[in-house]
Amino acid sequence: MTHKMTSGSHVLSVEMLARVEGEGGMHVHVQDGEVRDVHLRIFEPPRFFEAFLRGRAYTEPPDITARICGICPVAYQMSACLAIEDACGVAVPDEIRLLRRLLYCGEWIESHALHIFMLHAPDLLGYDGAIEMARDHRELVESALRIKRAGNDLMTAVGGRAVHPVNVRVGGFYRLPTHVELARLRPQLVAAREEAIAAVPIVSGFEFPDFDQPYLYLSLSSEHGYPMESGTLVTTAGLTAPVSAFGEHVVEEHVAHSNALHSAFDGQPYVVGPLARYTLNYASLAPLAREAAEASGLGPTCRNPFRSIIVRTVELIHALDEAIRLIDGWRGAPMAAVPVPARAGEGHGATEAPRGLLYHRYRIDDAGTILDVQITPPTSQNQSAIEGDLRTFVQANLHLSHDELTRQCEVAIRTYDPCISCATHFLDLDVEHL
Amino acid sequence: MAEKPTLAVWKFASCDGCQLTLLNCEDELLAVAERVSVAYFPEATRAVVAGPYDISLVEGSITTPADAERIQEVRAASGMLITIGACATAGGIQALRNFADVSEFLSVVYAHPAYVATLDRSTPISAHVTVDFQLRGCPIDKRQLLEVLAATLQGRKPRIPTYSVCVECKRSGTTCVALASGSPCLGPVTQAGCGALCPKFNRGCYGCFGPNDTPNTASLATRLRSEGMAETDVMRFFRTFNAAAEPFRVESTAHEHSVAPREGVIS
Repeated sequence: MTHKMTSGSHVLSVEMLARVEGEGGMHVHVQDGEVRDVHLRIFEPPRFFEAFLRGRAYTEPPDITARICGICPVAYQMSACLAIEDACGVAVPDEIRLLRRLLYCGEWIESHALHIFMLHAPDLLGYDGAIEMARDHRELVESALRIKRAGNDLMTAVGGRAVHPVNVRVGGFYRLPTHVELARLRPQLVAAREEAIAAVPIVSGFEFPDFDQPYLYLSLSSEHGYPMESGTLVTTAGLTAPVSAFGEHVVEEHVAHSNALHSAFDGQPYVVGPLARYTLNYASLAPLAREAAEASGLGPTCRNPFRSIIVRTVELIHALDEAIRLIDGWRGAPMAAVPVPARAGEGHGATEAPRGLLYHRYRIDDAGTILDVQITPPTSQNQSAIEGDLRTFVQANLHLSHDELTRQCEVAIRTYDPCISCATHFLDLDVEHL
Repeated sequence: MAEKPTLAVWKFASCDGCQLTLLNCEDELLAVAERVSVAYFPEATRAVVAGPYDISLVEGSITTPADAERIQEVRAASGMLITIGACATAGGIQALRNFADVSEFLSVVYAHPAYVATLDRSTPISAHVTVDFQLRGCPIDKRQLLEVLAATLQGRKPRIPTYSVCVECKRSGTTCVALASGSPCLGPVTQAGCGALCPKFNRGCYGCFGPNDTPNTASLATRLRSEGMAETDVMRFFRTFNAAAEPFRVESTAHEHSVAPREGVIS
């Protein structure tokens, strides 16, 4: 089949995107060589978390919002805790922040290892998935599984389990890990760090299309190092703002050509996630991670989403290195959690989920009953940029065959590691099944 | 040697955590892949082998008209149909809608409620089709998942206990958090399977695995009340990730009437 994409009407369509979290599809309409319409289609059913939370107790969101996403539950727990503590006027002591950061490292390691090796690499090596890839590249897949396991074991030690950890509460934790529990993780993390460093030449050796994009980047920036569990808002436009100002800058807009709600930052499309974090926080990467970035040929910024696999690998090395550093420096804490008495008010919290900035806002009453909730996950913030990328990419590659262009669009979407389960609160709900 | 059995993994309304548990079997994943042919698993592979499938793992609950039809197709294409997790087995967290007005929920979350096709109740897979085995948990436990897969491949019944978390707690020598520190604990009425995880972390069980085989929820609720827990808190305690599982639904509903009106609480 060789129709020319440059004339007539063409629809590039993927019914079910594979190797993404959740269920979505893609629809691109090309008319006479002009891209007319681009949709990331979401048919993941709506799940109403903001509504469920109304009327619940202010202590419940860490457990309830974890269930938004099985891949990044810690991110939901961390942003929820920060927002509720902010509403109650409590800041947790540094030991608790450090333990949160350690738990978060586990989630970054697990999630990034999954995406780099099992969801993204098969595209670059020409396989349908990691299981098929393992037939020819068994060592690579086994190494990936060992790295992933180091992250899961860290989450299990600190959080109780890898999916929906039980040990997180508003104010801190239910129980502190023992020195022995943490020390046991060290050899595995050190080995995983070596294996992640060894993967740098592999992931940077792939061919990537030239596709630098001009988007505004948004991430947290933190005095405590590369941003994870805390920080303030920064953008590549030079803006610095407290997390409480998120709602003043981020507006969801209606766009004339579609019914999608598109997030915009001060009126511009923007991107959150590894590329944004890396570009805005290169200087705070651990020395080993920066060496890996240099060895891979990345500069201090990265604007090509296809190269995100390299950035994720650099962040993976950083998270492994950081986890080892935190374990080595752990001196215990006087208490597992601090009291957080309820008071009427509103609080904001943002942390860096593996896929990017995750914002929560809660309004509670004096008794601690939740009155109103807003949750803005990374994938819904990136939706405009993903659609913008597809538009630009298809327009520039109409010389490719229909099938090849469709496949490449699917690859482009996967480079963002979209989490559709998370994003169903806000993403364009296209109920029309084409 | 006979051809390998085919495995399909399906998703309905859920968080992906239970199917991720399969990918989290880091030490066993490649061994599992040698014993079965992964024929449909979109989260892991683009490859799609046409059905029928010998074993289907189903994650998530039914919440839309389209999904109510799709589960019929999945059933028709499947030999053994196994539900994985609280959503598929009991309706999950989505079933909180069953106690509320969904049109109100829609307007809270979405600017254009009319675009969203949704049912007013979240129901388990077994409310729609015959299910061969239901694996509990929010999320499922990976050791239990491997046991169910192994048993299915060997043609035997999975060894999945239906007794309470208390049994696991006592067996592991964990201090009873309800007695020792007065933490509210659903352990006496919740099915084992997690390894008594929460008590090991100094907190009461919150019921991820749903009701056990003989749950005396009324007795537990009476005790919680006598220790000073408010009626609305008892209601919410039974109403989380397995809210629509019958014993938990009945118990939470019994404590519903006393919910005080909340208007005027905040100035």
